[in-house]
Amino acid sequence: MNSSIVVEDLHFAYNKGEEVLKGISLVFDRRSTAIIGQNGAGKTTFAKLLKGLLKPDSGSISIKGIDTKNTTAAGLSRHIGLIFQNPNDQIFKSNVLDEVMFGPLNIMKEEKRARDLALGALEKVGLVNELEQNPYDLTLSQRKLIAIASVLAMDTEIVIFDEPTIAQDHRGKEMIKGIIRELVGMGKLVLTIMHDMDFVAETFERTIVFSQGQVALDGSTREVFTQEELLKKAGLERPHVTRLGAKLGCSHTFLTAEEFVSFAKKSDHRGG
Amino acid sequence: MKKIIVDNLKYRYPSAQELALKGISLEIEKGQFIGVIGPNGAGKSTLCQALVGLVPHFYHGAYGGSVVVGGLEVLKSEISALALKVGLVFQNPFTQVTGAKLTVYDEVAFGLENMGLDRAEMIERIDRALTLLDIYRYKDRNPFDLSGGQMQRLAIASIIAMKPQIIVLDEPTSQLDPQGSEEVFRAVDKLKSEGMTLVMVEHKIEKIAEYADKVALLSGGELVDFDRPIRVFSRPDLERFGVAAPVYTRICRDLKIKDEKTGLYPITLEGAVAAVGSLE
Ligand SMILES: Nc1ncnc2c1ncn2[C@@H]1O[C@H](COP(=O)(O)OP(=O)(O)OP(=O)(O)O)[C@@H](O)[C@H]1O
Ligand SMILES: Nc1ncnc2c1ncn2[C@@H]1O[C@H](COP(=O)(O)OP(=O)(O)O)[C@@H](O)[C@H]1O
Ligand SMILES: [Mg+2]
Ligand SMILES: [Mg+2]
Repeated sequence: MNSSIVVEDLHFAYNKGEEVLKGISLVFDRRSTAIIGQNGAGKTTFAKLLKGLLKPDSGSISIKGIDTKNTTAAGLSRHIGLIFQNPNDQIFKSNVLDEVMFGPLNIMKEEKRARDLALGALEKVGLVNELEQNPYDLTLSQRKLIAIASVLAMDTEIVIFDEPTIAQDHRGKEMIKGIIRELVGMGKLVLTIMHDMDFVAETFERTIVFSQGQVALDGSTREVFTQEELLKKAGLERPHVTRLGAKLGCSHTFLTAEEFVSFAKKSDHRGG
Repeated sequence: MKKIIVDNLKYRYPSAQELALKGISLEIEKGQFIGVIGPNGAGKSTLCQALVGLVPHFYHGAYGGSVVVGGLEVLKSEISALALKVGLVFQNPFTQVTGAKLTVYDEVAFGLENMGLDRAEMIERIDRALTLLDIYRYKDRNPFDLSGGQMQRLAIASIIAMKPQIIVLDEPTSQLDPQGSEEVFRAVDKLKSEGMTLVMVEHKIEKIAEYADKVALLSGGELVDFDRPIRVFSRPDLERFGVAAPVYTRICRDLKIKDEKTGLYPITLEGAVAAVGSLE
């Protein structure tokens, strides 16, 4: 299969002698994928490399057959969208609609179509009533949603979310979950960096654990959350429901509350 | 002893039409840890800013009622005087970091500079705070070259080093890895046992259920409830205010398993384990 992202033996350092990524090799497919790991593990750095904002020191990254070394971030922008961890790094226009239209306008130069894409994206994140607002008069959670809308409006084949649920309440998280599922359903390649283990367990098929610049674990989300010791070493914890199951002495690795409830109801039945 | 007294606090931002806070009243005892929960736009951050005086002194706008923190009436006190009593960890660490200092170490020192501490005391506080948040090894780094989570750790360390009587934390663990979040809650617990008063806005409901003495539930600028976690999380109408109960509570509710002693659904892992008993 022609994978859209192939990373081979990727090395990167911001400062000489302090390597941040120490030989990452990964192939991404259409499974919805989470990247988890300790603060400073190199997740954001990795995302910026994929997006072409940073260049590898050695090794290679190929995005849809294009080596990121031989192109600019601008050249990649129609293929890959990145929602920044800190929305303030991404947002620079003084009104919401202009901000979200900027990307599409830049690639297609067609005002009407760009506007439609922007409005569609703002609709998805529930901000269509804030078009004329200055993003800096909005709250952090809303700015994060603007950042998401800006990337959705680009309609790229690859979408990377860097901690999309920062500052979101329960409803916001559910909305973002829905957006991710929809993008995956459309056949896009979606990568999500995240510290919320419950969200990861409920949403992603594949989970990759970064630890100190290397891939410590990579597998189906259930397999990964079975590895209690390795996760602990990587600064992580298992989802709440997984821990509940384990504490109750159950060998099954639960990923969602629903799974647990239906299992408990069945076992209750058997018990009489 | 009351450390925080909020009396019928009303506030509207200058650019807004609606009140962000619509008459909030609550009192917080010394040495308590209060969790603040509620949906986006409920007024949580605004309340935090009101406790440290940024509302109204920095944001201006329309203000009514009163806030007294550590014996100071906020409306009549200078922000600098308030800062010695109460510290705020901002929701976005990038806005908190001053940009005035070139290293992580000096950033923490910055907050201590006007406190009249001797040099040895300053060094000891900085080292301790950086170690507590596990960022000591980045002490010579430019703050803006930290990862998001490391920056958030720095924001927390800067405030803890000042050792105010009261610390207000606005979603301080939103970018922390799971063990880092747990460590922050443990640190809060320890500071509390040393007599500090802490107020924390958090969406990590399971942690609030485990650690907080009381929970303030805000919605639409109003204080819906202010009670022990078990009480607040047992409200059947919780979801209506945009908050999901802890996953343990939701599971036990679906299974109709209550805690025998309290007659309520458990809110913590330990509680759920005890109530469910065993599987298979
Ligand atoms: N501009 C920079 N200059 C020097 N070092 C940097 C820079 N940006 C990040 N680093 C360092 O590189 C390492 C990886 O950072 P990165 O932002 O990729 O981490 P992360 O996994 O995204 O962490 P978090 O979960 O906190 O967001 C960290 O140790 C960080 O301090
Ligand atoms: N700087 C500001 N200017 C105008 N309105 C604001 C500002 N900050 C917050 N608000 C508004 O005040 C209300 C409460 O916001 P906030 O305190 O940030 O809520 P929370 O922290 O609970 O998400 C919201 O309606 C929000 O849009
Ligand atoms: Mg990051
Ligand atoms: Mg807030």
